[in-house]
Amino acid sequence: MAHKHMTRREFLRLVTVAGVTGAAFSVASCDKRTREEFLQKHFLEMTDEQKKSVIARLEDQYLKKYRKKFTISTQGAQPNTLWGYGLDLSRCIGCRRCVYACVKENNLSRHNPQTQWIRVLRLKKGNLINLEEAEHYYDPPEVPEEGHFYMPVQCQHCENPPCVKVCPVHATWKEPDGLVVVDYNWCIGCRYCMAACPYRGRTFNWAEPKLPQDELNTSVHYLGNRPRYRNVVDKCTFCIQRVRSGRYPACVEACPTGTRKFGNLLDPESEIRYLIEHKRVFRMKEDLNTEPKFYYFFAE
Amino acid sequence: MRKTDIAPISGYYCSRALLLLAAAMVILMVATSGSAGTTPAPKGTAEFPVERPPFTPGIFPCSACHEGMEPDIKKRELSEHTQVKLHHAPEILTWCLSCHDAKNRDKLHLVNGDLIDFTESYRLCGQCHGTNYRDWKAGVHGKRVGYFAGGQRTYFLCVNCHNPHDPKFKPLKPEPPPFKPLDKRNGP
Repeated sequence: MAHKHMTRREFLRLVTVAGVTGAAFSVASCDKRTREEFLQKHFLEMTDEQKKSVIARLEDQYLKKYRKKFTISTQGAQPNTLWGYGLDLSRCIGCRRCVYACVKENNLSRHNPQTQWIRVLRLKKGNLINLEEAEHYYDPPEVPEEGHFYMPVQCQHCENPPCVKVCPVHATWKEPDGLVVVDYNWCIGCRYCMAACPYRGRTFNWAEPKLPQDELNTSVHYLGNRPRYRNVVDKCTFCIQRVRSGRYPACVEACPTGTRKFGNLLDPESEIRYLIEHKRVFRMKEDLNTEPKFYYFFAE
Repeated sequence: MRKTDIAPISGYYCSRALLLLAAAMVILMVATSGSAGTTPAPKGTAEFPVERPPFTPGIFPCSACHEGMEPDIKKRELSEHTQVKLHHAPEILTWCLSCHDAKNRDKLHLVNGDLIDFTESYRLCGQCHGTNYRDWKAGVHGKRVGYFAGGQRTYFLCVNCHNPHDPKFKPLKPEPPPFKPLDKRNGP
């Protein structure tokens, strides 16, 4: 009996059939929740019905994991809104109240790893353009310190965001109201966006976030402050869960010196428009053409 | 001959031009008076919903103690309110009754003598700090909390952040810095 050689075509057919069967079997054999999670569509392609079922599943998962009832919103952008942020460098004293208000509001991991969306840079006076000499581990007994000023940095919500361009799976995008958001269920954790961001505005969840049970914020948005997973990227969303219902972001409310301003860039009566029109304003790294919607200004 | 021909024609045009000018002026006057009538009133009386003034507990109303007292308007070292150290503007310019009213102790008074509530104290501060008052009204100086749309927005009064008797901002203890990358609390 002659030894039968497999032709190339037969081999490829066999591999394809085996692969498809294997994939179908693994999807079919896993439990319903995992299957649903695996087959979940991209957020922008979901119908309202599909969103509802995803939200129900996530709420159930969070209930089991954190033993608290979460309310997950999927509220979309309001018409005629483009959110902008103002930060008064002549008033910031570097007290980091905003950092910790943000951590609490947005369910950020407290330790192992610690994630913070706001970094407060300390710079020597007269040295604004030299960011390489900025320090964000400063820890004096009291602030402000003589001869220094402070410059908080967070996601700048660029109109031309480099992080969005590099995402290979379109897990991050710019919403119609200008907010750059991440779908944590779609992110594959490649961190290209972190490399692309010139503001270091994104953080990576190297492990499951460690959240104190009594400090959980259960009023969350799907694209915002819901607890993240391991190996996904997250970032400041200007508190999407608050601003879309007309509330100021948590950092704005926490600031003891009124340094932080927020408003709708399309509303001529808004605070942000007033400060752009009347104060000395600049945007960070304007030369990169990222068009940030985060305006640093000097009120004095 | 030509001159006599031209003269009546130019006179005719001159009179027509004057007539037109007069008509235009009348129209302009009517238009301006009409537009003046429809110009909206300035928003000088807009209400600002404010936070509660930060009174020391139990100190307000002031009239509870001051009621039967004879006001002594002489500038002096006080035997009461010893915790109040006045470091606001040059000493020669200010003292208690520069802002507090001597007759009605539950009110403040403006330079023009108008009495105002403590919840309107921004008007008092705005007399000297005009640029800050202008920015505060626009929401760029100071702080607002709550809902900027679809709900109640509260304005912080000047005195919610600045002690009116000693308004310079005091240094604060900063919150802890972030963990460094090799910190054990940042590890896996």
